[in-house]
Amino acid sequence: MKIAVCVKQVPDTWAEKKLRSDDSTLDREAADGVMNELDEYAVEEALKLQEAHGGEITIITMGPERAGETVRKALSMGADAAVHLVDDSLHGSDALATSYALATILTGRDFDLVFFGSESTDARMSVVPAMVAERLGVAQLTFAQKVDVDGTSVTIQRVTDYGFETVVANMPAVVSVVEKINEPRYPSFKGIMAAKKKPVETLSTVDAGLEGSQLGLAAAWTVVEDFAARPPKAAGTIVTDEGDGGVKLAEFLATQKFI
Amino acid sequence: MKWDEDPQHDDLRSGVRQICAGFPGSYWRGLEPDTYPAQFVDAITQAGFLSALIPEVYGGGGATLTEASVILEEISASGGNPGACHAQMYVMGTVLRHGSVEQKLQYLPEIAAGRLRLQAFGVTEPGAGSETTRISTRAEKVAGGWRINGQKIWTSRARYSDLMLLLARTTPYEECAKPTEGLSTFLVDMRNAEGITINPIKTMINHSTTEVFFDNVVIPDAALVGEVGKGFRYILDGMNAERILIAAECIGDGRYLLEKAVDYANQRIVFDRQIGSNQGVQFPLAKAYAQLRAADLVRFDAAAKYDAGSPCASEANMAKLLASDASWAAANAAMDTHGGFGFAVEYDIERKFRETRLYQVAPINNNLVLAYLGQHALGLPKSY
Repeated sequence: MKIAVCVKQVPDTWAEKKLRSDDSTLDREAADGVMNELDEYAVEEALKLQEAHGGEITIITMGPERAGETVRKALSMGADAAVHLVDDSLHGSDALATSYALATILTGRDFDLVFFGSESTDARMSVVPAMVAERLGVAQLTFAQKVDVDGTSVTIQRVTDYGFETVVANMPAVVSVVEKINEPRYPSFKGIMAAKKKPVETLSTVDAGLEGSQLGLAAAWTVVEDFAARPPKAAGTIVTDEGDGGVKLAEFLATQKFI
Repeated sequence: MKWDEDPQHDDLRSGVRQICAGFPGSYWRGLEPDTYPAQFVDAITQAGFLSALIPEVYGGGGATLTEASVILEEISASGGNPGACHAQMYVMGTVLRHGSVEQKLQYLPEIAAGRLRLQAFGVTEPGAGSETTRISTRAEKVAGGWRINGQKIWTSRARYSDLMLLLARTTPYEECAKPTEGLSTFLVDMRNAEGITINPIKTMINHSTTEVFFDNVVIPDAALVGEVGKGFRYILDGMNAERILIAAECIGDGRYLLEKAVDYANQRIVFDRQIGSNQGVQFPLAKAYAQLRAADLVRFDAAAKYDAGSPCASEANMAKLLASDASWAAANAAMDTHGGFGFAVEYDIERKFRETRLYQVAPINNNLVLAYLGQHALGLPKSY
C-alpha cells in the first residue's frame, strides 16, 4: 500500500502568534516551528497501517526551508521518504492555493491513501483535506477517529457532534484524522539517526509544474485588511466578602449580563 | 541563550526533549527522597536512547560518544536526572571492548533491546576509595568458576540492574609485582547469584546508591571478562567515556539552572525594577554562562577526540573538571538569584543544586583530576 501524509510546520502551539506588519501574514520567525500536532496523529495512523499491511509512506509538506525540521521529524517517526515543496512564491498562499499545490504533487504519484491532520493549529480551517480530495477526484473521509483498510476499500468512523458515522470508500481516498485516533509515537534514537539518510525530494514550484498565478499572497481569495493585537488583560474586579459576597457576585454577573 | 549550535544535533536534542516533556519537575520532585524513576527509565529505554552506544550489529544505535553525550545533556537540561540511567549507556563498554564473542552475543542484544539492565558497576570499597588497587574483594578460583567474597560501596542502581560489572582481586595485593596487576573484571548475573546482599544508602540526592556484600557468591567461568589479572586496565579504558558523558550532564544541569535563573531575574521585581538589572545578580549568572560555554567546548573537543580514536585522557578529565565547576557555579548563582524561593522545593533549584554537586566528587574527585593533569599534562611529579 502506498500512503502519503501531508504535514505542516506551524508555530509552537503554546507560543504567542503574531502577524507581520508588512503583509499581514503569519510571522513564522517569531516562534519555534513544530509539526502541526494533528499531523502527528496522521503520521502515526499511516505507520500503523504500514505495520499491518506493508507498503511505503511518503511525507509531503509545503513550507519554507525551516519546514525541513518537520519533515525530518516525520521521517524519524518511521516514514520512508519525503517531498518538500519550498519556494518564496508560495508565501501567503491560502487554502485554495495550498490544496492546488498539494494535489498537483500527489497527482501521478499513485497513492492509495492520503492522510491529513483534520486541521492546522495556526489556520484552523479544516478545509484543505476536502479541497485536495475534490481536486484529485477521490473520496474524502474526514474527521476519522478510526481507520480500517480491507482490500481495496477503506472504512472510517467519522466524528460528528452526536457520535460517529461509519463511512466507506474505495481507494484511493483522502482521510483526515482527529486526535482520538491514536497515540503518536516518539521518534526513537534509531529513527532519528535513520531519518538523516532517508530521501527528501526538494521541489520548487517550477519543478512541481505549478502555475505561479495560482499561488502566493496575490492569488489569495481572502485579504487581511487590518488587524490589531489582542488587548492586554485588564485587572480583574476583586469582590471582598463582608457577609454580602454572594450578593456582590450576583450583581457583578448581572452588570456583565451573564445572568 | 545560545548553547551548542551544531545543527547535526537538533533532531537528537528535540527527540530526547519530547520524551522528557512527559516527565516534568513535578515528576522528579515526587520521587524524592529515594524512589527510582522507573517510568522515565522505561520510556527512554524503549525509545532506544540508552542503547545508543551499542554497535548496530548487536541491535544498538551505533552512536558516537558525542551523540551519546548530547542525549544525557538534554535529559539534564530538561530538568531530569540522567544519573538514574546513564550507566546503562556506558558500563557495557567493558564487555564490548574486552568481552568474548559469546559474551557479546549473549548480552549486548538483550541490553540493546532494553530487556537486560547492566547499570551497576562494583569498583569502590569502604577501604579503597580513589586508590582502586587497594580493593580487597576477592575472587578465588574454584572448580568451574569463581567464588567472590567482599564488599562494595557506592554501587549505584544495583537494585535496578540485572547484571553488575565487578572488579575483584584475583591475586592478593602483596603478591603482585605492581599494584595494578592481579585485578579482574566479572559480569555478575545478580538475578540468580546467591550470597549477594544489597543495602540502600540514604543520601542527599535521589541516586539509588547502595552497598553490596558478597558472601561466598559463586559465579561461572563464563563470567570472567577478558583475561585474568588485567581488570584494572579494562576499567581505566572506560573512564574517558564516562568523564565526557558526565561533563555533558553537568552542561545540561548548568543550562537548566541558568535558564531558570535568568527567567526569574527578568521577572522578579524588587525596588520597582527587575532584579536582573542589578549587577550583583547579573554578573554571577554571566560568569557561570561563560564558564559553561568554555567547558562545553572542551567537552566537544574531548568527545571528538574519543570518537576519532585519539588519546583524550587529559581532555576528558578537563571536560569533567570544568563542566562540574561550571554547573556548580550556575547552581550557586541560581540559588542566589532565587533568594528564598530557591530553597522552596517546587522551584526545582534546590534539587538540581544537590544533584549537580555530586559531580565535583564523582565519578572522580576533581582533586584527582588536577593531580592527573599536573602529572601527565604538565610533567610535574606525582602528587599523591
